[in-house]
Amino acid sequence: MDRLLNVVTGMSVLLIGLVFFAIRRAHIRVEYSISWLSAALVMLILSQWQWALAQIADFLGVNNAPFALLLIILSLFLIVFFRFSVIISDLKDANIALTQKLAIIEYQLQHVQEKHSPSRDA
Amino acid sequence: MIRPQHPDSLMILIPAYNEGGAIRRVVTEVRTQLPQIPVLVLDDCSTDDTRTEALAAGAGVISVPYHLGLGGCVQAGYRYAYDAGFSYVIRIDGDGQHDPRFIPDLFAALRHSPIQMVIGSRYLNGKVPATSFARGIGIWFFRQILRLILEKEVHDPTSGFVGVNRQALEVFARSFPLEYPEIEALVVLQRRQFRFAEVPVVMRPRMAGVSTITALKSFYYVLHVLLGVVVNILKYEGKRRKG
Repeated sequence: MDRLLNVVTGMSVLLIGLVFFAIRRAHIRVEYSISWLSAALVMLILSQWQWALAQIADFLGVNNAPFALLLIILSLFLIVFFRFSVIISDLKDANIALTQKLAIIEYQLQHVQEKHSPSRDA
Repeated sequence: MIRPQHPDSLMILIPAYNEGGAIRRVVTEVRTQLPQIPVLVLDDCSTDDTRTEALAAGAGVISVPYHLGLGGCVQAGYRYAYDAGFSYVIRIDGDGQHDPRFIPDLFAALRHSPIQMVIGSRYLNGKVPATSFARGIGIWFFRQILRLILEKEVHDPTSGFVGVNRQALEVFARSFPLEYPEIEALVVLQRRQFRFAEVPVVMRPRMAGVSTITALKSFYYVLHVLLGVVVNILKYEGKRRKG
């Protein structure tokens, strides 16, 4: 059991390190890193604080504490994925609206340019 | 640039993706049939000569910088028409299946009936046009679904030959289903208690190119549209006032 919890601790530290590295290199924006950091922190705390983990396992009616931890990790990642689906959907909507506006403005601009082009005046 | 010439003005909207083989004839037909009516082609980032062919035929052409799909493309046209001040928009396909001779019938229905949308229906004139088995089943299925939701028969729910007035234009300019929009659009209208009517039309075989609908896509279509219909029924209208 301890070995599994230590593996989870290692994974949490690795995830936190990876997220900070990605923030530093500007590969991920701070607001989108919060979900991952929160999930990693919960994993880290529960893997090291066995009393809390046992309480949660008891609450969930699971005899095996590491199994409860895996359930919690799975739930956390599902929440994170769902959050990112919402963000992606919003971004897609915004992207489509921008694309449509850009295309319309480009069309209008072409006509303004044609109207004011020297060949037309000549 | 396409602008309304008078109040009550109509614009013809033609969404097109890789319709280089047909678009010139489609635009020319519309312009011959209705010389005073502006024609706007929405080029959905075609990789062929759709844009140049449409321009050569005398249409206004808006080209989106990346492929949006039918709904996004049509919505761009609705946005333009609404902002420009058009009162009516009739949409026809860029593959030549929709005969522009029927545009006046749709326009008359829009102008003289208390409706916000009109559908050119291929199933109202007594003749049942040839269609694939899968498509026939799909149309039958969605007829039943829409009858329950709209409490009214829709004979041709997948027809893309549709006209809208300014009220519906305002709604669609703001929010329009992105993929396979025809059926979902009916539900969107119903939620606003808008009304629609069907007008008989005859549809022709496409002038060029082949349909991209495969058996797998038909299955995806049914699932997608079904989910879209349910989502539109449950949609919380307070959300999303962007764009």
